[in-house]
Amino acid sequence: MPFLPVILWTDALIYLLLAVVAVFVWYVRRHAHLRAPWWRVAQTPAAMSALVVLAVFVVIGLLDSVHFRLALPAAPDTRTDRAAPRELAYAVDVKSALDVLLSSIANRPERTYSAPLATHAYAKETVELPGKDGEPGRQVRDYPRLKYGGAHLRDPGRDWGPDVLRTAFRGAALALPLWLLAALVLVAACTPADRLTSRDFWHAVWRGKTEVPWRAILITLGLLLLVVVPVMLLSRHYHVLGTDKVGLDVLYLSLKSVRTALVIGTLTTLVMLPFSVMLGIMAGYLRGWVDDLIQYFYTTLNSIPGVLLIAAGVLVLQVYIETHPDVFPTSAQRADFRLLWLCIILGITSWTGLCRLLRGEALKLRELEYVQAAQAFGVSQWRIMARHILPNVMHIVLISVVMDFSGLVLAEAVLSYVGVGVDPSMISFGTMINAARLEMGREPMVWWSLASAFVFMLALVLAANLFADAVRDAFDPRVRVGARKLRWGKTTQAGEA
Amino acid sequence: MSALLDIKDLKTWLDSSGGTVRAIDGISIEVARGETFAIVGESGCGKSMTALSVLRLLPEAGQIVAGSVLLGGEDLLGLPEAAMRGVRGRRIAMIFQEPATSLNPVLTVGRQIAEVLERHTALRGEAMQKRMLELLVAVGIPDPARRMGEYAFQLSGGMKQRVMIAVALAAEPDLLIADEPTTALDVTIQAQVLDLLSGLQRASGMAILLITHDLGVVAQMAHKVAVMYAGQIIEVASREAFFGAPLHPYSRKLFQALPGSERRGGELAVIRGQVPPLTTEFRGCRFAERCDLAWERCHVEVPGLTACDNGHSVRCHLYDGGKGVDPGERVSAAAPAAPGATDVSEKVQSGPALLSVDGLKVHFPIHKGLFKRTVGQVKAVDGISLDIATARTLALVGESGCGKTTAGKAILQLIRPSAGSVRFDGRELTRLRGRALRERRADFQLIFQDPYASLNPRMRVADILAEGMQALGVADTVAERAARMDRMLAQVGLNAEAKLRYPHEFSGGQRQRIAIARALAVKPKLIVCDEPTSALDVSVQAQILNLLKQLQRDLGLTYLFITHNIAVVEYLAHEVAVMYLGRIVERGTVDAVLRTPRHPYTQALLSAVPALDQAGERKIIRLRGELPSPANPPSGCHFHPRCPQAMAECKREYPQPIRLGENHEVNCVLYRAQTR
Repeated sequence: MPFLPVILWTDALIYLLLAVVAVFVWYVRRHAHLRAPWWRVAQTPAAMSALVVLAVFVVIGLLDSVHFRLALPAAPDTRTDRAAPRELAYAVDVKSALDVLLSSIANRPERTYSAPLATHAYAKETVELPGKDGEPGRQVRDYPRLKYGGAHLRDPGRDWGPDVLRTAFRGAALALPLWLLAALVLVAACTPADRLTSRDFWHAVWRGKTEVPWRAILITLGLLLLVVVPVMLLSRHYHVLGTDKVGLDVLYLSLKSVRTALVIGTLTTLVMLPFSVMLGIMAGYLRGWVDDLIQYFYTTLNSIPGVLLIAAGVLVLQVYIETHPDVFPTSAQRADFRLLWLCIILGITSWTGLCRLLRGEALKLRELEYVQAAQAFGVSQWRIMARHILPNVMHIVLISVVMDFSGLVLAEAVLSYVGVGVDPSMISFGTMINAARLEMGREPMVWWSLASAFVFMLALVLAANLFADAVRDAFDPRVRVGARKLRWGKTTQAGEA
Repeated sequence: MSALLDIKDLKTWLDSSGGTVRAIDGISIEVARGETFAIVGESGCGKSMTALSVLRLLPEAGQIVAGSVLLGGEDLLGLPEAAMRGVRGRRIAMIFQEPATSLNPVLTVGRQIAEVLERHTALRGEAMQKRMLELLVAVGIPDPARRMGEYAFQLSGGMKQRVMIAVALAAEPDLLIADEPTTALDVTIQAQVLDLLSGLQRASGMAILLITHDLGVVAQMAHKVAVMYAGQIIEVASREAFFGAPLHPYSRKLFQALPGSERRGGELAVIRGQVPPLTTEFRGCRFAERCDLAWERCHVEVPGLTACDNGHSVRCHLYDGGKGVDPGERVSAAAPAAPGATDVSEKVQSGPALLSVDGLKVHFPIHKGLFKRTVGQVKAVDGISLDIATARTLALVGESGCGKTTAGKAILQLIRPSAGSVRFDGRELTRLRGRALRERRADFQLIFQDPYASLNPRMRVADILAEGMQALGVADTVAERAARMDRMLAQVGLNAEAKLRYPHEFSGGQRQRIAIARALAVKPKLIVCDEPTSALDVSVQAQILNLLKQLQRDLGLTYLFITHNIAVVEYLAHEVAVMYLGRIVERGTVDAVLRTPRHPYTQALLSAVPALDQAGERKIIRLRGELPSPANPPSGCHFHPRCPQAMAECKREYPQPIRLGENHEVNCVLYRAQTR
């Protein structure tokens, strides 16, 4: 085998989460009352646009969650005994599918900082000019050419501008057919279901009359392609977002950070849900001493500053890792375990809010008559909690999970910046921002690391928030979806008068 | 005299996901000064929407699409919003159904009245204070100076409604819109509030637009009556004409559906089917589908409002010359249903008691302080005793807060009693624990008041019905259970295909049938019915009462019927127990207690029930004050602070039960002399 699959802890949990989501989707599709609110979400243009953006991030994150160790090229066989099977040796570093896809930009390190799309380094260096006829060359202080960025240009001063523009336009031109292809696939997928001719369907899409807001989805997709394709083409010859201190491509770092953010945002909720759902419903339904105990527990936990707990947890783990090097054969596994640990600690410190909400809701539900009817049938308490209370608080759980996601992504960045977040060797938005602390203090200022982290996080969190808003509107019974405006009105009134 | 409020051909449409709802589809009414105009109809007929249209306070999705609303000759629909604000509160005021939510909890009572005065009058400072006091005195609030500084939570329900009326009257409006003003109140409080409203009307000469579903309230209050059905007014008449001889088949059916003692023997009239959805385009009469007298014309031609004699008009083809009015059909609507159909169970002698409750007490401790010390007891149920024989119905009657629901739950062991015994079929229930109790649960079941809260919205009907059977092991195999489900659904008059649907797809009456089927599925002997019809419309209530009665005949069920509705008691029950503040004050057969009430409280309660026939001017016994708190009940007889006939002795100790005849018992010292 040319590679050895490696399943990290977080990978396994992500696969588990995918399976859970798949089961959930299958379950929702079979139940009309569960399908209805999701159908309302699907009809919200902002939510669907946000979903397109989120989907891109999720694909990046999933690609980055397929890990393996590549086989090393066979060493020249010195032995003569050919029959013996040769042991394959695997590289020490763990790579992901995303690494392989991005290998062209990942494996082009410069010496140090370079600005976005630059052809020359960002700082002057002492360059040795080749001397004539074997004489020793002169030394000058100048901006040296980059090893890879714009290396194909003969005269950067003259060719740089036209080349960048041409590539960008080529990318934009290429985006159009790609977009049309996506639109055609959409039509092919939807026409038979809607029993319309494709012409009618296009017409409806164009005027925004379809139930699922295809127009908004297609526009978002088009804009995304317009950004992504030119960047892809440019990245073949340039560092589109510049390079960092050790010369790594910032675009690559930003893309790698996406997985960290997603893992923190999703796995943390996976850790916290059992606590908050079980304890919250138990406290609200069972009341009495159980309620008192759970309440005192989470009030106490809530009174300990969260950052302190997290710092303590992470430092303890660090010591453990250092004293048990044999448990983690590769640095990736080490970093990954620390990430998982961070998710667990974040989950343990952040379940109290949801727990309190669920307790209140369960207190209300337990007085409802269908619960009393079940009690009159002698149904056991656990069964009542599972069959009557839990399904009726699921909307709160869902809303809070979606709303918490963006908060957790931001929390990771802050914690890593403080130094108690992910492993320093793990690429994340937090470590990028932490590095930018020194870069921003330089003269001239290095701004692109921070700017990239900022833009990527903004896109991710904004999309998550927009989607969460739509989910809340659809599921929260107190927020009624604003009724469509009346289509008649003054005109009808005048007509009838 | 020109009308104060003149609504002409008003149409209000709502936009909903299911299409356009024609909530009001062309109604025209005139309300004169000093007159009470009642709009009566079942839920969803558009009566509240009419009030909101007049005030232009429609929900976001609603819009008035045609018509005019003239107030003293001025078209309200043409006014700009700023001018409309001057009309609201100043010329038209409104009081709402739920007094608990119509007052702002963080403002004092005085502040909320002052708000109206500041907006609509020139009164300020001293003068305003004086006016506020006057208003509170006018609505009969004792100690008004102190109450002005209090908050809503310090007031009782009746008191809140009085404050709401004071707020509404602050700017001396020409028209008061009262949207179900007494629906959330008890009968004795309702009588007080209705009295207050008619007194204020006499004093100020304002017009009242009364919106209600209760024909009794209409009979007591209204000068003119309009009946609404599916967004249209189908009958308008003076009170005398309407209650003398309602013309529209729907109105007549409504009267026949009312339960009461005169219908004890037979079935109540029901209106088949349901109100058509208002999203449909009507081609004929809206009521045709449900009308017994409908013929072809009713389905193809929309009837107009036809004027009959003495200002009585009706929207029905029976009266517009298409088919001559058959005098035989104009029989009084109140005529008793088929005579001769006597109740079989009536004659059954009461056998040995199936359920016998003795000295049942439920006390809830009041905890205070850091360590939850018990500082007192709420005596919700304070020693009640009753017996019910097999296949009989005992009605437990009382006002809200008297502990009747708690008593029902304590009997079912859903709340553990603090003292006393509950013997069911000869076996003591209060000492049963855990498994032993669970096994007995199949024998006694419960039907709730609110059919919307009693079915889990996330479960299909089949799962709802199966739950009890599974828990109690009634039918062991899946096939057996399914067969039993079908049988139960058929018994309560639903299709077997209902099994696969969710509760929200059913109407209120159908949901109540499902709840009944759920209880029946485990083969109970006793069913505690906790106000099973009070959330339902009259015509649906009739269906459910008929069903309960029929089930009792067929299956020999025993009912403990908890209610505040005296008419339902008269129709359904064999025996009555009247509760006041956690104790039974009088009990006996329905005839004995309701015909010759002896306890002063029972007398007051019965006199406060609004009656349809105004012929014999009944004397309403007004009770002072309201129900005291069960945490701190009065000494001696609980009723003595409000009792018109209280004596010094009543304060000292609680009276012992006194037997008056074979089946009548009363706890009152007034009757002690008779028995000695």
